Amino acid sequence: MSDGNPAKTTPYTVPIGPIHPALKEPVMFTFRMNGEQIEKADFAPGQTHRGIEWMGMRRNPIQIVHLTDRICGICGVSHSLAFARAVEQIMEIDVPERADYIRAIIAEFERIQSHLLWAGMAAHELGFDTLLHLTWRVREQAMDTIELLTGNRVNYGIIQIGGVRRDITPDQHPAIHECLDYYRDLQGKLLRIFLEDATIQMRCRDCGILTRDDALRLCTVGPTARASGVNMDVRVDFPYAAYGDLDIEPILPDRYLGETRGDVFDRIVVRLLEVEQSAGIIRQCLDVMPAGDILWETKIPKILAAFKKAHGEAVGRHEAPRGEVLHYVRMDGKEHPTAWKVKASSYSNLMSWIPMLEGEQIADIPIIVASIDPCLSCTDRVAVVRGGRRSIMTKEELHRLSVEKTRRLMR
Amino acid sequence: MLECGDAMANLPMIPELLKQLFRQPATNTFPAKYLPPSVTGFLKMVSRGEAAIHPPVATPPEFRGKITYEPEGCIGCSLCVKICPAHAIELVNETKTIRIYVSQCIFCSQCTDMCPKGSLKMSDEFLLADEDRYSDNLIVE
Repeated sequence: MSDGNPAKTTPYTVPIGPIHPALKEPVMFTFRMNGEQIEKADFAPGQTHRGIEWMGMRRNPIQIVHLTDRICGICGVSHSLAFARAVEQIMEIDVPERADYIRAIIAEFERIQSHLLWAGMAAHELGFDTLLHLTWRVREQAMDTIELLTGNRVNYGIIQIGGVRRDITPDQHPAIHECLDYYRDLQGKLLRIFLEDATIQMRCRDCGILTRDDALRLCTVGPTARASGVNMDVRVDFPYAAYGDLDIEPILPDRYLGETRGDVFDRIVVRLLEVEQSAGIIRQCLDVMPAGDILWETKIPKILAAFKKAHGEAVGRHEAPRGEVLHYVRMDGKEHPTAWKVKASSYSNLMSWIPMLEGEQIADIPIIVASIDPCLSCTDRVAVVRGGRRSIMTKEELHRLSVEKTRRLMR
Repeated sequence: MLECGDAMANLPMIPELLKQLFRQPATNTFPAKYLPPSVTGFLKMVSRGEAAIHPPVATPPEFRGKITYEPEGCIGCSLCVKICPAHAIELVNETKTIRIYVSQCIFCSQCTDMCPKGSLKMSDEFLLADEDRYSDNLIVE
């Protein structure tokens, strides 16, 4: 705003971020405003790069599993599961069936708590803090059950290469069922409070629209894509863990509302309905879960020795609460992987901000930004620091750099 | 947009709010039942035995808290040093025992799974805040 005669000309520029009370994580937005209306939106992530992949290259996969727990504070099991699946494919490990079911149960509990956390956050962004407190109170039931099953509320540490570290014992079943019944009884109330509320309808209906074509073009994933009517879910499209045996149908907003508009309201609907769906999946898992081992190999030194025989590369995918996460791992007969790449679900979803935000009001920025459930510290994989100069890397340049890196790795 | 008669129907949170007035708060008041003028002052009084702490929510049976170590059974194999993802454990060469820096520990319990002698356990202690990351409370050996 320093050039010419400031503040007198339209369009003017409003920067929001990198740190801003309306944003829960650092990201830099630049809006070109015409009055209250956004004419053009742009954003720059990359403010929370932590170098987790770099740390991973110096550790063996058993250690990395605990590192992946910490990529995201909410998706505690999603990254671990995707990573473990990648390593298991390289090593051709058959995960015991019971472990697959336990993985699915924990992943679904995680989805419940993550969606409720998001719903509370959405209410908070609307200025509806009463609802935030109610939602986060009911979320505690899922957190307590996760704590009972895994030992801790966050950073569960349940996944091991080739299985899970803790079994679900029969004496835990009543507590799990109590939690599931709680959410079954609560579902009607949650839907009523969120979807029939006049304030939420006024703020969220037809706000931040992402059309189905845009959702497909920008490769959005997870609830953001489903809310725009894209029928996709990694659990259904490419089943893994126990999901192949279970009856799951991707949740689309027209199932509840009869139409798909792709707005913020639809994203609330999809996430709230998925809470119920996840509870149903856990019920199915508990009913059909077979008895047996939970680990491919119980002796950890033997797993470590097996890493030294592993050659190859693989991609592990998982439908995290926010969408598909993808881990690429390459092992070359050493204890630590040669390459490890993480693609968090928000990475695919961030670009959908642009069509959502353009044409909207400035006051709707917080809820639209929050509506894709962005997780920026999971997403940030690269920070280029070179003499303080700023430049934009094009797709061609990034492609050239990745080809160079692959050649370097293959040498 | 809102009609007065329909206000309750369109604001379903209001009956919920009114009900909440007669419910117990969901939050456990910790460490004191009512907010003391100074929390650090209150904790000092607790350490002197002049006040009682309001108990925290109980931890689950398999909780992973501060690590405990029994040097007697330890054979100094250093498998735990090798497996620790946070590099929080070091081998003390003179005594062939280990030293664990709790401030660096990530409570994954991988070393307790790995230990061939069962010398390492996770306790249920979780109040580990300290001003000094190398204080006696945060180094286990």
